[in-house]
Amino acid sequence: MKSQQQAVTVQKVLVQVALVVLSIAFLFPFAWLVLTALKPLNETMSMPIRWLPSKFMWGNFKDAAIYGHESLGYYPFLVYAVNTVIVCILIVAGTVASNSVVAYAFARLRWPGRDLAFGITLATMMVPFPVLMVPTFALFRHLDWIGTYRPLWVPAWFGSAFSIFLLRQFFRTIPFELTEAAKIDGASEWRIFRTIVLPLSKAALAVVALFSFMGAWNDFLGPLIYLLDQKTFTLSLGLQFYQSQNGGTSWNLLMAASSMVIAPVIILFFFTQRLFIQGIAITGLKG
Amino acid sequence: MKSITKREAWAGYLFASPWLLGFLVFMSYPLIASIYFSLCDYSVLKSPVWVGIDNYKMLMHDELFRTTLANTFLYAAIALPAGMATAIILAMLLNAKVKGMALYRTFFFIPSLVPQVSLAILWRWVLDGEHGVLNPVLAKIGIHGPNWLNDPLWAKPSLVLMAMWGVGNAMLIYLAGLQDVPTQLIEASELDGANGWQKTKHVTLPMISPVILFNGIMGIIGSLQVFTVPYIMFPGGAPVHSTYFYTEYLYDNAFRYHKMGYASAMGWIMFIVILVLTMLSLRMSEKHVHYQGS
Repeated sequence: MKSQQQAVTVQKVLVQVALVVLSIAFLFPFAWLVLTALKPLNETMSMPIRWLPSKFMWGNFKDAAIYGHESLGYYPFLVYAVNTVIVCILIVAGTVASNSVVAYAFARLRWPGRDLAFGITLATMMVPFPVLMVPTFALFRHLDWIGTYRPLWVPAWFGSAFSIFLLRQFFRTIPFELTEAAKIDGASEWRIFRTIVLPLSKAALAVVALFSFMGAWNDFLGPLIYLLDQKTFTLSLGLQFYQSQNGGTSWNLLMAASSMVIAPVIILFFFTQRLFIQGIAITGLKG
Repeated sequence: MKSITKREAWAGYLFASPWLLGFLVFMSYPLIASIYFSLCDYSVLKSPVWVGIDNYKMLMHDELFRTTLANTFLYAAIALPAGMATAIILAMLLNAKVKGMALYRTFFFIPSLVPQVSLAILWRWVLDGEHGVLNPVLAKIGIHGPNWLNDPLWAKPSLVLMAMWGVGNAMLIYLAGLQDVPTQLIEASELDGANGWQKTKHVTLPMISPVILFNGIMGIIGSLQVFTVPYIMFPGGAPVHSTYFYTEYLYDNAFRYHKMGYASAMGWIMFIVILVLTMLSLRMSEKHVHYQGS
């Protein structure tokens, strides 16, 4: 038994070592991002490579945030940040509002064709976006929406398979006795939805809000297709634009801008970790 | 079971109506329209002109179509197994009940959390031929690093490297699966004298096989659509088209050359490829996937 215990200890140490080494490998690029962001420009390119900045240029962050250069055709990142926040709010609001209502229909109401509709809904998750890209663009062009934020946020108000699925799974766990009693008392479905089901589903709604926020914040292809004017760019698109105009020159400012795009999602994750991990686990296990 | 009341059915349709409408407008219509567009000469600026299967015929003779398709398959064939192995190994390490698990979990997850645009720019900087930091680090441990970004042989592996670094989502799903494996099963196999590898092969992996199948299919769908990272890291599919991928070529056809019909045909071919591969995975997995209980 003693040798077995020893073996277990050795195994634990090996696992711990592997975790530390892998953590370094996973975090190293981010450390390099921050170090580059803090360097004066000439030190980003010095040969041999310079590990630490000679002095920490905190001003780089400010420069990247407010530095605009219209002749070069880019706007301060602050403008992009404001745009992104507007789009994110509209998308998150729409996602939560529409999908909670729709998921209620799938989870707690019976109507002819429901199960078939749900099966089709799940199947739509497999449709690759590139197939839909051209007709969707043509549709929005017909509506004269190209160059506005509408193609990005309006669809969010009409539900999406993934969020419907996630909320439906959750709504089904609420005991039916709770809602049956209210029904017998003559409460309308809307009232049951608002006063019983929604208040009990805050965690699931938060997961959906969180995922849709992340998706909207990180989206690149959507803004790339639909936004035309640099004034209206979101952070992802603005960053790419800045890089393509300016790449290979001011890496320190580019990294400073990049870390400001990255930081909000990481901070958000720290505060919502538990929700997040539950949400992802649900998608995989109950799928 | 009670019969459905008229009132409940109406409420059902009413509550579902946003999605029923959204499904018609943002899913069914584009899906059907793209079949039609794929049979047309269509530039968006003018109305579509019917050309039959010309677009598909042209694709068969389009060298870039073949190049980008081959690049995409090759990338998926390497990135998918590499990513799955990474995700499973990370999840198993995290499941080993050592201290600090929540912290490590966060570290491994961060890369899949942040915008892909910033990741692509960051890796471009890390792998840069002149000023990149990876090769000096490799030199310290005696490895002469390749010219990641400019050597056609190494451009794809650098994307695979990035993909392995960004497997956080799959990792969390595996971790949840591993935590669901009943401890009695592991203990029983230990009593029977199974060693670590035997436990993994005969107990753990079969128990999480449904999760492996799920992540595998998601991985196929995702890696065949790879777009953002190569688009930013390797503009124009450089070096010599070695990183020119299918979705990028489709995007270029649609929005750069305004060959919308052609792009739609490409979209449908991709859809069919994904459908076939998914069906194949489901079929082939039938014997190997073990469903607990139900």
